[in-house]
Amino acid sequence: MFRETKRIMFAGVGGQGILLASRVLAEGLLRAGLDVKSTEVHGMAQRGGSVVTQVCFGERVYSPLVGPGAIDALVALEKLEALRYIHFLKKNGVLLVNRKEIPSLPVLSGAVTYPQDVEERLSAFPVSLHIIDADREAERLGNHRVMNMVLLGALLKLTGIADLIDWKEVVSEAVRPEYRDVNLRALESGMIVV
Amino acid sequence: MQHKTILSGNEGVARGAWEAGVGLGIGYPGTPSTEIVETLAQIEGPMVTWAINEKVALEQAYGACVTGLRSLVTMKHVGLNVAADPLFTTAYMGVNGGLVIAVADDPGMHSSQNEQDNRWYAIHAKVPMLEPSTSQECVDFTKLALELSERYDVPFLLRLVTRVSHSRGIVEIDRNAEYRRQCRSYERNVPKYVVLPAHARARRLVLEENLKKLVSDPQARSANRMEITGSDVGIITSGASYNYVKDAFGDRYSILKIGLVYPLDGAIIREFASQVRRILVVEELDPYLETMVRALGIACEGKKYISPFFELNPQAVAASLAKAGLEPLEKPEPAAAEAVTDIPARPPMLCAGCPHRGFFYLARREKLMVVGDIGCYTLGAMPPLDGIDVSACMGGGISIALGIAINPPGGEKVFGVLGDSTFYHSGITGAIDAVFNRRSIVPVVLDNRSTAMTGHQENPGTGRTMDGEPTIMQDPERIFLAAGFDRVHLVNAYNLEEIRSAIRDAKSSPDRVAIIVKAPCRLLKEAQRGPVREVIKENCTKCKSCLRLGCPALSLGSDGCPVIDPIACTGCGLCEQVCRNQAVLVQEKGVTE
Repeated sequence: MFRETKRIMFAGVGGQGILLASRVLAEGLLRAGLDVKSTEVHGMAQRGGSVVTQVCFGERVYSPLVGPGAIDALVALEKLEALRYIHFLKKNGVLLVNRKEIPSLPVLSGAVTYPQDVEERLSAFPVSLHIIDADREAERLGNHRVMNMVLLGALLKLTGIADLIDWKEVVSEAVRPEYRDVNLRALESGMIVV
Repeated sequence: MQHKTILSGNEGVARGAWEAGVGLGIGYPGTPSTEIVETLAQIEGPMVTWAINEKVALEQAYGACVTGLRSLVTMKHVGLNVAADPLFTTAYMGVNGGLVIAVADDPGMHSSQNEQDNRWYAIHAKVPMLEPSTSQECVDFTKLALELSERYDVPFLLRLVTRVSHSRGIVEIDRNAEYRRQCRSYERNVPKYVVLPAHARARRLVLEENLKKLVSDPQARSANRMEITGSDVGIITSGASYNYVKDAFGDRYSILKIGLVYPLDGAIIREFASQVRRILVVEELDPYLETMVRALGIACEGKKYISPFFELNPQAVAASLAKAGLEPLEKPEPAAAEAVTDIPARPPMLCAGCPHRGFFYLARREKLMVVGDIGCYTLGAMPPLDGIDVSACMGGGISIALGIAINPPGGEKVFGVLGDSTFYHSGITGAIDAVFNRRSIVPVVLDNRSTAMTGHQENPGTGRTMDGEPTIMQDPERIFLAAGFDRVHLVNAYNLEEIRSAIRDAKSSPDRVAIIVKAPCRLLKEAQRGPVREVIKENCTKCKSCLRLGCPALSLGSDGCPVIDPIACTGCGLCEQVCRNQAVLVQEKGVTE
């Protein structure tokens, strides 16, 4: 099914739950019997900066790291980050975007303004674009922090790996018991929303 | 029972060390190496601690190894510069228990001030080096390094890079494995362990002999691997670069994967060269392998095609070697021809409520010349704070200021600023030198009681050891006074007036004055939150003074008045102090909840 390596990228801002989402994805793919490698950036880059992870899976994966033009699906947890990393996507790749604006330092200090035409610009690229409001969905479910699971659910659906294994089991084991239910509801709602 | 699990490279190193029965795991935190020691501390067995700096870490590990314990030392690439002194000499002395120094390079400088290629340390210090490509190899090579270290009486370097340390991959582990501490017996051996010149001359020859024997050890040689798939092109590579080559070209070209980076096994390189017509070398950063292969008299090409700067990736390797006529498995068809660059950058920034913000805000306003250091507070250099003039290396916050004080621009006192962990790491020496040499500087410790940037490790000022045991809490004020400073201003990091008057006194006084700016890191549990603030629009004159704090909770609203995000605001109160028009006030009760 996955003779060719599939490559997924998450992009967002420090604190949005990217590490958890990509680790759940990797763990699930391992349980599906696939080879999997992922890469993360820690340290200074996390202090409110742009954060990126990549997860590659298939029969045999060599590199955890992917350069521009070779990503099959890009999940942007923040709109501007979708534009920042769109050149990593392959033509006709899946672009899943959270309709969320987080101002960066130059915007906060008033040096520049947050661009108002991000969605318009994204739609001009030859990609399969899906924009959802994962933060609002997460808030509706009772905890804005599970926004990452809404997006993970949507990603699993869009990339055709939602039925590979029981993802709810993986999520259950990855989160603290008191947050299990809301995370599972978020995952499910993400699968329905796209 | 073998069991498949996903580990990061750093977790793999910790696992390998644990399986090999290390008695001591020690290091100084530094991205991307930090999680090795942290992971090892979570597994029952060895003694695991943070040292005050990398030199002290390596020296302690060496002491433990002399007693017969296997020891693992960890640090980031620049940490090895700090530990270089014991590295070079312990190579001569040799080990008793195995000694492995895991050092993590950072090509691309994700979290570092340079991208030095530490493979040169191996050849320079004559310390053997293994370089893993995957998490599984991190486990295997750590064990191998500890064994070979004992067998050939020499410390070992394990070279990691960000994309090995912080990549995750499948590792097979034995769930039922048990920790068995390995310990050899100690015998007094003065000619080996006391490096008087006469002893050192003898040990120098022993080292050369041991390196020669090591390179013909079958187990050491097994770290190098030939994958012959054709006789046309052969690629010599190692570490993370091997992953990129395989991803880009699969089995299309023959590969020599070098695991033992030093000493290089000339025999396998010659054999490989005899099996292929043309040799290309693919390596990140410097042409280390390329230089060594050429020195064997073997023609090869490498940096002619491969960038000597920054991080590589499969697509970059494919594109570079396409110029050499190689055919990658896939030709990328990108969705965008190039990166979108006309959008706001997203650089890292000090957190909302960060106790470092106030000092840097005032540094600019008081027109101070500031030498900074390595830690979260390096971000004080970012606009709009723009509060640092020079910053190079750990501890340099004070020592570089000493040099500037010899010829101070503008004739004013220079301020040397660093964090608490950094002060203990190597800032204290500069502070004492300031008194010794009568240099007119103002040392400033931004004391947030944590090693924050790397994830809040304990340090001598936190009052706890790594395992949470209470210990003596160092007091920087008493250290300054003991060193001979006339007075120390202890100021609240959230009180701009206090900080300002301390700065003004220190700057104008002929006395030796130090400043300690105190408040715990906002990300620590014990950090207290204040009442959330809000902007009163009627009073706001849209002067944007508060925005010059560069606080993530403050942004410019569409009407020109700043807006405070009540979720992000930690109530530090700096914006209220900065506002001249009483337009920033504590939010009315009930509004926040």
